[in-house]
Amino acid sequence: MDIEEFALGSSFVHALDPRVKIIAALLFSLVVALNSHITTASIALVFPVVLILAAGISIKRVFFRLAVVNTFVLFLWAFLPFTYPGEVVFTLGPFAVHKQGLEYALLITLKSNTIVLTAIALLGTSKVFSLVHALSHMWVPDKLVHLFFFCFRYIHVIHEEYHRLVTAMKIRSFKPGTNMHTYKTYAYLVGMLLVRSFDRSGRIFAAMKCRGFRGKFYILHHYEMKRSDYLLAVSSAVLSAMLLVVR
Amino acid sequence: MIRLRNIRFSYNSRFVLNGLDLDVDRGDRIGLVGPNGSGKTTLCHIIMGLLAPVAGSVEIFGKKRVTEADFKEIRGKLGFLFQDADDQLFCPTVLEDVAFGPLNMGKPPEEAKRIVSSTLDSLKLTGFEDRITYQLSGGEKRLVSLATVLAMEPEVLILDEPTSGLDEQTTERLIEILKQSDLTYILISHDREFVQQTTNRIMRIKDGILVEDDTERTGPTAGIGNFTH
Repeated sequence: MDIEEFALGSSFVHALDPRVKIIAALLFSLVVALNSHITTASIALVFPVVLILAAGISIKRVFFRLAVVNTFVLFLWAFLPFTYPGEVVFTLGPFAVHKQGLEYALLITLKSNTIVLTAIALLGTSKVFSLVHALSHMWVPDKLVHLFFFCFRYIHVIHEEYHRLVTAMKIRSFKPGTNMHTYKTYAYLVGMLLVRSFDRSGRIFAAMKCRGFRGKFYILHHYEMKRSDYLLAVSSAVLSAMLLVVR
Repeated sequence: MIRLRNIRFSYNSRFVLNGLDLDVDRGDRIGLVGPNGSGKTTLCHIIMGLLAPVAGSVEIFGKKRVTEADFKEIRGKLGFLFQDADDQLFCPTVLEDVAFGPLNMGKPPEEAKRIVSSTLDSLKLTGFEDRITYQLSGGEKRLVSLATVLAMEPEVLILDEPTSGLDEQTTERLIEILKQSDLTYILISHDREFVQQTTNRIMRIKDGILVEDDTERTGPTAGIGNFTH
């Protein structure tokens, strides 16, 4: 499990100010989501693709992530062309394939892939913690930022704990099956994780109190806008505006 | 510096601490030994104000400490190293984690950064600032945790099983660090050799009170108040 697999790199995309990246990604995704034309959706796809190529991240891994999204999209292709009312293009035995359904499925595919690619290109190329820092610079409520921050920090620890428990189950020759014993064991596993996480959060809070925590996090890094940041800000804004007009 | 009187504490009606007294003076290096569940960690948590005793008084730096506000005043001067380094290190990078304490104490960021680098230097962790805390090895995590505590420039250090899970080399380093420091500290450990090398007084909790542990002392210098290091 590596959430930050695309974050290591030294391209100009990686070096962009995370504040600009977050805003650009949000704005662009919003415009893409609102769009309802296949042509503009195809044009929009170019933007994240260019960024990904510029970032020089592993294309193979990008496809791997896209595969996850497109598994869901596949279901749309299985149903939409047959159920969406419209012109019949051809028939497959008793099922009629409709033109509008095909177009709709294609549009959704293009849009969802564009948004995911944008997230990979802009958000994925920043470390989670720079995004957290950026959020706290952007008037996002402290509590939300802290929640996000602790979730990410302790996902690894809880994941390790999960593996320890699973190993402990395996070495006592637990084999999952479709029976009460399996369900009960899994319930124990989840329950144990919950209890342990709860205990851990108590200890972390105690440790923070011991170091003088008074409910405020201080930020050491401050961001400065560079020329490339303004470039991204302007280009994504212009692009979004264009997509809005063209549609 | 620390004066505990008649401390009582129970878990589910079983008293682990039952009328315990403890005096810690400047320069004391106390080793707490004893079986699991005998109340060593509980005692340390009471000193830090993380647990409140059922009865008894806690006096630290010449003042009775009862409320959370009392303890807040002194937490910068009492450094506490937790058993599990993953509980202690929660910031993304070593720099931010070590700076967390100093910043909470109201130090400006530039000064905090200076404190971080000098603390890391003193533990031979130079250049660790940008390392990601959860990717450190077990030994590194322990030393960085120690750095987070030392960065607050405490007067008393409380270490809860500092050697658990450490290899010999890192344990040696820890022994050197403790020997060279001029800190007052209390440490919990099951590692006899470690305790003997780093402390000048060994105590154990027996039936809820502290007793001098003399089973390990050999030679003519053994005895209360007569320790050489």
